[in-house]
Amino acid sequence: MVSGLRLFLMTATGIWFGFLLLGQAAFAVELGDKEKGRKLFKLCKNCHQIGQGAKNRIGPHLNLLFGRKAASIDGFRYSKGIKRAAAGGLEWHADTLSAYLENPKNLVSGTRMNFAGMKDLDQRMDLIAYLRLFSDNPADIPEADPTISDAGHDLDPAILALKGDPDYGDYLSGECTACHQTSGQDDGVPSIVAWPEDDFVRAMHAYKKQVRQHPVMQMIAGRLSDDEIASLAAFFANIKE
Amino acid sequence: MGLDRRVFMGGAAVAASSLAMPYGFAKGNGTPKVVVIGGGAGGATAARYLAKDSKGALDVTLIEPSRSYYTCFFSNLYLGGFKNLDDLVHSYGTLASGYGINVVHDWAIGVDRDKKYVTLAGGAQVPYDKLILSPGIDFVEGGVAGWDILAQNKMPHAYKAGSQTELLKAQVMAMPAGGVFAMVAPPNPFRCPPGPYERISMVAHLLKTHNPTAKILVADPKPKFSKMALFQEGWGTHYDGMIDWIGPDFGGDNVVVNPDEMTLSIDGEVTKVDVCNVIPAMKAGRIAEVAGVSDGRWAPVNAKDMSSKADKNIHVLGDAALQGDMPKSGFAANSQAKVCANAIRGELTGSKVFPAKFSNTCWSLIDDDDGVKVGASYKATDEKIAKVSGFISKIGEDAATRANNYKESEGWYAGITKDMFG
Repeated sequence: MVSGLRLFLMTATGIWFGFLLLGQAAFAVELGDKEKGRKLFKLCKNCHQIGQGAKNRIGPHLNLLFGRKAASIDGFRYSKGIKRAAAGGLEWHADTLSAYLENPKNLVSGTRMNFAGMKDLDQRMDLIAYLRLFSDNPADIPEADPTISDAGHDLDPAILALKGDPDYGDYLSGECTACHQTSGQDDGVPSIVAWPEDDFVRAMHAYKKQVRQHPVMQMIAGRLSDDEIASLAAFFANIKE
Repeated sequence: MGLDRRVFMGGAAVAASSLAMPYGFAKGNGTPKVVVIGGGAGGATAARYLAKDSKGALDVTLIEPSRSYYTCFFSNLYLGGFKNLDDLVHSYGTLASGYGINVVHDWAIGVDRDKKYVTLAGGAQVPYDKLILSPGIDFVEGGVAGWDILAQNKMPHAYKAGSQTELLKAQVMAMPAGGVFAMVAPPNPFRCPPGPYERISMVAHLLKTHNPTAKILVADPKPKFSKMALFQEGWGTHYDGMIDWIGPDFGGDNVVVNPDEMTLSIDGEVTKVDVCNVIPAMKAGRIAEVAGVSDGRWAPVNAKDMSSKADKNIHVLGDAALQGDMPKSGFAANSQAKVCANAIRGELTGSKVFPAKFSNTCWSLIDDDDGVKVGASYKATDEKIAKVSGFISKIGEDAATRANNYKESEGWYAGITKDMFG
């Protein structure tokens, strides 16, 4: 039932973007199975604690995570990358967590979270359902995050399959290299060179969907077509650092 | 006088528009019977929708001890001086005369689930095919050390509107210059999550005019409450230095009151207070326990039709229900009542049943024309009523937006009370 809905959402990605831009959740899917999520949390346990008495360890504790600004726990030493994302307005909700768990570096350049990523959407939703148990209950705090999420949709595989034209990407890249250095040097703006094409495309679509926060990048990505993003990915992936 | 005329007019209008099926006459003995216990936002709405939409195909009885209903929502505005008590009172006259609902002013004291009838304090037995319980809240005994219901005259809860609300306001008005108003805020979950904090705002508003050197002390067992940032911003802007909120980090969860001495002890530190508004921990109204559908605190229900998990012929609405993500509010009870009425009517008369959808908005007034709101939409899942999406007022909004929020809340009040009472 639930996965049926998700399938529908995946095939309807074009329409879906339209709704997202309006800021409306047109469809909702339930977060996943908390019990499965509890087991998946084993992958996180080496660095993160959750539940009563949870403390910061290698990673910050995950209580009251939903609705929290990124990098906002007092006393935890965050990476430069996540602090930059926080300054851009990154907050933790089901959608941003899903993007982060899929591949941390796609959402936050320079994050210290050393996690290969969880490619399976159902698994991410299961894990997110488990994490959601440790944040505010909407029955008590009506403004607390939803317990059903519209985050359960992947990027349309057709978008990932697009073959970009590196020459077109080279032409378009003028807009990028005003800030991002082609040498890969990070003087306050992260490097975007030699990035796997898939990741580049996912990151740009995350901006486009406004899941990934940064006003400038949301503006830039917002007016790039799927083909243009693929071309930029093809170009930047093959620049020599 | 005015009330009588309104009732008469309402009755006449409905009679004229429904000559084909006059309420109350077409019912034979075989007409399915729905009994509703509790005439608040859940019960009155459910009774009205069942009667209105079934057009005589259901026999609806509403059991409610009070002849005049004071809405708990907006009662804080009476405390603040924005509304009169008369603005909050409603009669059941139109539900009887205009909708053919059998309104019985009595206490329901027993439910026989096997034989399917309700026993009233007066001795009568009222049979049902479907029973709706919408009894609101009662207080958990021993919830606040030193307080019990016998102390409610000295330390009012004012969390059921009416005489308690009037008493609390009289006590605030009688405070000595520079006196202390104290509130013991309730633990989760409780009726109207922003309610205690709107009340603080309204008392502060009243004191600012009548007793500007008075202080307000709030002991709270919760580290966080609804619209917290908005209230704290407003308290700073409008009532700077007047309100002292003490959360659990500073002992707000370790409170003892002494109604005879009029003292409040927070983490062992005793303060003499002039008014003490004690809002204890809450549970479902007693009839839920009597009917055996409570888990000891609340009545668990299925989200799709608000039917009790213990008995498919009993439905529970509003504050008493354990349903998932919706806050306990009048708006929520009204929303749940319509879903429930639709499902019951479908089951008893074969009418079409539509998917359950719920919504809620809570407005709070902080000061003159400074209204804020929080709202969400919900849907039924197999597990619970789940929050889908929502909104909340922003910090630092412009005055026009805030003034408009208050206007909107007045419109809502007019709308929901019409939706409840006809």
